[in-house]
Amino acid sequence: MSLVVVLACVGVLLVASVLGIGTARTRAGTPLVYGVSLAACTVALVAALGQLLSNAAAPALVLPLALPWLGAHFRIDALAAFFLVVVDLGGSAASLYALGYGTHESAPQRVLPFYPAFLAGMNLVVLADDAFTFLLCWEFMSLTSWALVMSHHRDADNRRAGYIYLVMASFGTFALMLAFGLLAGPTGGYAFEVMRTGQHGPLIAALVLTLVLLGAGSKAGLVPLHVWLPLAHPAAPSHVSALMSGVMTKVAVYGFIRIVLDLLGTPSWWSSMAVLTLAGITTVMGVLYALMQHDLKRLLAYHTVENIGIVFIGLGLALGFKAYAMPLAAALALTAALFHVFNHSLFKSLLFFGAGSVLTATGERDMERLGGLIHRMPLAAFAFLVGCAAISALPPLNGFVSEWLTFQAILLSPAVPQWGLKILVPGVGALLALSAALAAACFVKAYGVTFLGRPRTPVAEKATETDRFSLVAMFTLAALCLLAGILPGFVIDALAPVSQALIGSRVPVQASDPWLTIVPIAASRSSYDGLLVFVFIGLAGLTTAMAIHRFASHALRRSAAWDCGFPDPSPATQYTAASFAQPIRRVYGTLAFRARERVEMPPPGDARPAVLHVSLRDLVWDWFYAPVEGAVATAAGRLNQFQFLTIRKYLSLVFALLVILLLVLAIWL
Amino acid sequence: MPNLEFDTAHLLAGGLVLVSFVLLYQDRLTSLLNIYAVHALVLALSVAWQANIQDAPHLYVTAALALGFKAIVIPVALRRIVARLGIHREIETVVGIGPTMLCGMALVALSMVVMLRVTTEATPIAREDLAFALAVVLLGLLIMVTRRNAVGQVVGFMSLENGLVLAATGARGMPLVVEISAAFSILIAFIVIGIFLFRIRERFDTVDIGALDQFRGERR
Repeated sequence: MSLVVVLACVGVLLVASVLGIGTARTRAGTPLVYGVSLAACTVALVAALGQLLSNAAAPALVLPLALPWLGAHFRIDALAAFFLVVVDLGGSAASLYALGYGTHESAPQRVLPFYPAFLAGMNLVVLADDAFTFLLCWEFMSLTSWALVMSHHRDADNRRAGYIYLVMASFGTFALMLAFGLLAGPTGGYAFEVMRTGQHGPLIAALVLTLVLLGAGSKAGLVPLHVWLPLAHPAAPSHVSALMSGVMTKVAVYGFIRIVLDLLGTPSWWSSMAVLTLAGITTVMGVLYALMQHDLKRLLAYHTVENIGIVFIGLGLALGFKAYAMPLAAALALTAALFHVFNHSLFKSLLFFGAGSVLTATGERDMERLGGLIHRMPLAAFAFLVGCAAISALPPLNGFVSEWLTFQAILLSPAVPQWGLKILVPGVGALLALSAALAAACFVKAYGVTFLGRPRTPVAEKATETDRFSLVAMFTLAALCLLAGILPGFVIDALAPVSQALIGSRVPVQASDPWLTIVPIAASRSSYDGLLVFVFIGLAGLTTAMAIHRFASHALRRSAAWDCGFPDPSPATQYTAASFAQPIRRVYGTLAFRARERVEMPPPGDARPAVLHVSLRDLVWDWFYAPVEGAVATAAGRLNQFQFLTIRKYLSLVFALLVILLLVLAIWL
Repeated sequence: MPNLEFDTAHLLAGGLVLVSFVLLYQDRLTSLLNIYAVHALVLALSVAWQANIQDAPHLYVTAALALGFKAIVIPVALRRIVARLGIHREIETVVGIGPTMLCGMALVALSMVVMLRVTTEATPIAREDLAFALAVVLLGLLIMVTRRNAVGQVVGFMSLENGLVLAATGARGMPLVVEISAAFSILIAFIVIGIFLFRIRERFDTVDIGALDQFRGERR
């Protein structure tokens, strides 16, 4: 039943996409398309949630579409149901937000037709139950999101972002296609249930893992495959950025889990090591990249890379524990990863909505030109603050819970019998701890420079509060962040069927613990109570406020006004984003970005001011992509000569090739 | 006379290869077209013989098509085009006749080696036919490559097509659709190329495709 409902919703979304073509230029287009999308996503969300919580048998369906001998298989098992919840929750929130945000869109005819199709594509990828449908829907999702990235294509930066995205997306799909080909084997069983039964040697398993890390990893944004992500995500309209960053990367995580944990069979220790190493690097590099950014949306996009790293740390641990038959630990690690997937979809969407509101209110994405917005848009600023606290993993919000669970899984690693993992996992844990601290710094910077202080430019001065739809969407997500943070036991219990299906074990039931405490392993080991922390923070705050108001002196005092640290009245003298990031850049930048500072001092007698030049290099680009780009350009230059041959020479080439092939055949046979 | 079927089929297919060689060293356009008519005639005979020995009456249609279109209509039409255009009678071959003939022999040897080795399970007639057909196709390509004149290339292309028809009829049980479509494709190709000739002529006053290259600003 739930499957039919979700498929019907997908159908409605596709119809909405067609409606979007017809009505994009009319005034009714925006509310119509986003309204229909909101309704369809909400219904699909309810259906998926019902499926996940009811723990009923997985409904499956084969439609006579696509390849005639295969058909299109669809199925909702626990894993798919969970990711459908993530996709459709993000989709509903983005549609609600877009009801307000979309009215400011300058080119709705380039957004409206693709937006519902993009949502439909993401739903279909999760629903697909055979390799062909999966790849088809995956590519559909990529292409529709590419169209949305290109919606403001007059900007040269956006065109470049779109180009790089298209190249990376095609490359990723290609890698996944090869992975599925290897999984299907010579018999060509492309349905997932056939693949699940296959036995694979270590070489095939290693190849499949590599290809999936390339394919799903490039979509999710694992370093060094992340390069398209910080370019493409900010280029799209903000509600689409939220979907791409908050939801589409999760669909990629889904693809990884589906193939590696479900279809590939029992993992080996080296697969865990590969994933953990990549994830650890991704986590720290993502947050360092984010710290160096002063463009609000690009900062958020880079920060997605960090969170994907955290998710993959959980997945890598799950692989390792599963390889050594430690089902409880594997279930904990998987649950932590999935919990973080859910959390990140909530707060990253919220933060992108906030960035979109700032963009509509001021027309600026550069933090150095914002400031003081908390007075102009207090409600949006509050919601953004909740998102910042959640993504920085502060209790009692949800980000803390999932990262805490990941740490609990890391602390179980000494029980692993393999020494490589025993040494690697604490190292990854240290990287995770480092990145958590840096993430907090990153969001202090993002929030402080954007919303606090005084406006740095006239546009920031004139900003006004954002519209009601956007606020409702943002506050809904903020409330969900808080709820998931103070009632994490319910989320963990809802995730139990997924780990039961993939690992064969589950985290102990949390809902029966007193005081809504969560105890992932044993009470003697560790426990956390989000509700108590929340209540304590609330009570402490109230008590302090009351104490100050009751007992502080009411005597009138006169003194010089405090100058808040900047005696010069110009707002340009405020602490900037660059100055905030400077200490971190000094510590890590020299190594990670080959950061160089150069002071240009005018000669004595010259009245010009001294200038500080900072140069950062993207080493990933320099080491991995620039050589490839150069090689492709060289090869294309050489091949270009073949573009301008005479007709007879073309014929001769074909002829020569034919003769050579025949000769090979004659000699070889 | 158990071997008459095989011998006659062998003779006709071998004759097609021989006529292809004759096509290869023609240096006059009119004689090239005449020999092409002979080429199509031999093909028609070969197909008719196949129809006889395979008891496949529909192959007679193919034979008639080959005779009507390829041996009569197309050569006559091309001859009229050549006359209308008033183009010079000499064919500028790119490579000398000697090396071209040597190349042709090597190609025939190659196709024999490949085909006889690949088709060990087929009937002897089909094997011989396929081997000769591949030789005719390769020789047709060689004709196209060694001519600079557009009409010469058209003839090369059509002799290549004849090789394909030979291959199609040599194998037992090929449906008629294939031959008809092949015949039509050759007719369409002829029409298209004929129109192209006129366009080239209109624009450049010559059907030498070297003029096209010059127009695109290249050296030969």
